[in-house]
Amino acid sequence: MTTPRTTPGSTPDPAPGSAPGATPETVPAAASGTAPAPGTDSAAAPTPDAPPDAVLLGGLGKRYGSFTAVHPLDLAVPKGSFFALLGASGCGKTTTLRMIAGLEPPTSGSVRLGGKDVTALPAYKRPVNTVFQNYALFPHLDIFENVAFGLRRRGIKSVKKQVGEMLDLVQLGPLARRKPHQLSGGQQQRVAVARALINQPEVLLLDEPLGALDLKLRRQMQLELKRIQTEVGITFIHVTHDQEEAMTMADTVAVMNAGRVEQMGAPADLYENPASTFVANFLGTSNLIEAEVASVAGGVLHLTTAGGPLTLPAARCAVPAAVGGKVLAGVRPEKITLAHRDDEQRIPAGRNRVTGRIADSSFIGVSTQFVVDSPVGAALEVFVPNVDRDQRLVPGAEVVLHWNPEHTFGLDAAQDIDAGTDEEEAA
Amino acid sequence: MSGTATASVNRPPGSPGSPNGSGAAASASLPPELARAARRRRLVPYLLLLAGVAWLLVFFVAPMVYQASTSVQTGSLEAGFKVTWHFATYWDALHAYWPQFVRSLAYSAIATVLCLAIGYPLAYTIAFRAGRWRNVVMMLVIAPFFTSFLIRTLAWETILADQGPVVSFLNHVHVLDVTSWLGVTSGDRVMATPLAVVCGLTYNFLPFMVLPLYTSLERVDGRLHEAAGDLYATPFTTFRKVTFPLSLPGVVAGTLLTFIPASGDYINAELLGSTNQKMVGSVIQSQFLRVLDYPTAAALSFILMAVILAIVTVYIRRAGTEELV
Repeated sequence: MTTPRTTPGSTPDPAPGSAPGATPETVPAAASGTAPAPGTDSAAAPTPDAPPDAVLLGGLGKRYGSFTAVHPLDLAVPKGSFFALLGASGCGKTTTLRMIAGLEPPTSGSVRLGGKDVTALPAYKRPVNTVFQNYALFPHLDIFENVAFGLRRRGIKSVKKQVGEMLDLVQLGPLARRKPHQLSGGQQQRVAVARALINQPEVLLLDEPLGALDLKLRRQMQLELKRIQTEVGITFIHVTHDQEEAMTMADTVAVMNAGRVEQMGAPADLYENPASTFVANFLGTSNLIEAEVASVAGGVLHLTTAGGPLTLPAARCAVPAAVGGKVLAGVRPEKITLAHRDDEQRIPAGRNRVTGRIADSSFIGVSTQFVVDSPVGAALEVFVPNVDRDQRLVPGAEVVLHWNPEHTFGLDAAQDIDAGTDEEEAA
Repeated sequence: MSGTATASVNRPPGSPGSPNGSGAAASASLPPELARAARRRRLVPYLLLLAGVAWLLVFFVAPMVYQASTSVQTGSLEAGFKVTWHFATYWDALHAYWPQFVRSLAYSAIATVLCLAIGYPLAYTIAFRAGRWRNVVMMLVIAPFFTSFLIRTLAWETILADQGPVVSFLNHVHVLDVTSWLGVTSGDRVMATPLAVVCGLTYNFLPFMVLPLYTSLERVDGRLHEAAGDLYATPFTTFRKVTFPLSLPGVVAGTLLTFIPASGDYINAELLGSTNQKMVGSVIQSQFLRVLDYPTAAALSFILMAVILAIVTVYIRRAGTEELV
């Protein structure tokens, strides 16, 4: 129920250069050609006339003694994007975020914000703001003063209008004089967002901001945050272990595993074309089938498996495949159609098919989830939408799984086939 | 309604639940045996208070009443004392000993400020910077309590002895010239001067300042420091706007725990000061034990108590602790 508005608190200069760093030298001049020199940041150096990326990490890494928390990481986050760092706990995503915020000194590499190298600057001089996991609201200050904190530190005297607008944006106007402990978790979360956003940072960092909320509120806040980001147009970097959250909110997701970025891209692209077993298993669920390339013809790989032949478009195979080479053929559970064995004749020709027996089924409302044991692997998962429920599909029934070969993706077989599955359950 | 009743029955026995309110309302509709159980449970908090209340009655209320009656008696040790409602004793006592009152309050106020100045950085360091040495340093703060108050004060007599290294050094670097000019020492002596008494008070009451300060600082979430830094606060501003306000309950508790006993103290004034540094505690002590003028001693005690109570009330009002978390 908010009225559309422009950038909150638009009294100060809303140009990209309005970095809130108190000292002049932290304010990047957008037009002064401070784009990073080509070569130093070869991974993602922008062309000279393009606006500098909001965040540019060059070989940023963190080691604790012999333990590498974050392997040297090159990353460019375009201005105005909603970027998610997704990974299980302990994968280095929060450490990366804290290095961008200046709360953790990196052991290698550099951080550039809006084209300006801030690696050596302490947190309080960086034009970034963070929404902390536990919100870290100041318990002795009321909501108004919490939100005004950043403005006051920058010596802005008349904060009333800006704070009022910001509290309206997060729909907390009437609670301005409450103390944080008098607010619900969802309200505290919005105060934390408001307190950070009011400073119009170059980048807003969100460290698992929805982790403490219950599921329903979390869904609501996901949409809320997405709405706020669209309204204010500030670059968001969001750290989360919840793949659904990352896919719902972000326009670019970087999947991190063991201190490295495994894969980065738009959510749909990551989901449809995972490049590793970790991504395939961590983002949603995948059925991975061990296979061998029998022949290559016309852009299609013909595979042999323990349960019969499969075909796979060569373009969707993440590894170069030669005849005789091993690959993992993957398919998402919702792409599969489940047919009773008696109906096998009615399956159109040219589809990938695997036979098996239903081991388990669970009805979850919109769909029924089947677990099927088959010669190609135990516990294949199939999600069947509840349109016309076939009463014969009960545990023990002999079935045929079939899907469009276009929906098959290929992965390097030299990986742990179960990578990412445990973490998925933990999340 | 039955929902509330079940919930209150499920509460573990002995938990000091609300003795009135919803519990009472729910018990009205309860079967008799559950109502009896609810009544018993409501009694539990009072039973737990019994020992403490008895202690207060015997050792606080009774002596207070006795002292109050003593303060309005007249008579002599030989003839015996009688209650004659002689309130003039209060006025006479105040009139005769107001310099000691003023001195007591001044010395203990200065000692309290010094304790805060020394204790706050100490507590801050222990809470945020000591890491695994935290317990060791805390132990060192408490260690003096393992020996008696008297011995610790006597040790200062040695430290500040006229020919001792400390006084010789201070004399040598002409610090004593400055302090003598300020009137807190006399000549090349530190013993038997205001400085010695304030030193003793500061030393003896420092742990009472450090412990509550440490407790309140230790509760300050380190992530708030990060949040403040993230919001452009320099480390000093973070301290001024976040850490210090959050430690105010500790500051209030520490200053009270230092100021109140220090203003009634007489050991430091007796051992480290001369007759010119007598505090009101010394006067009360000698009136009770040497002069044996009980009414005056009791009246002085009550005046001291009233003054401290007034100061503390004003102080707590001003500090506004009820506003703090």
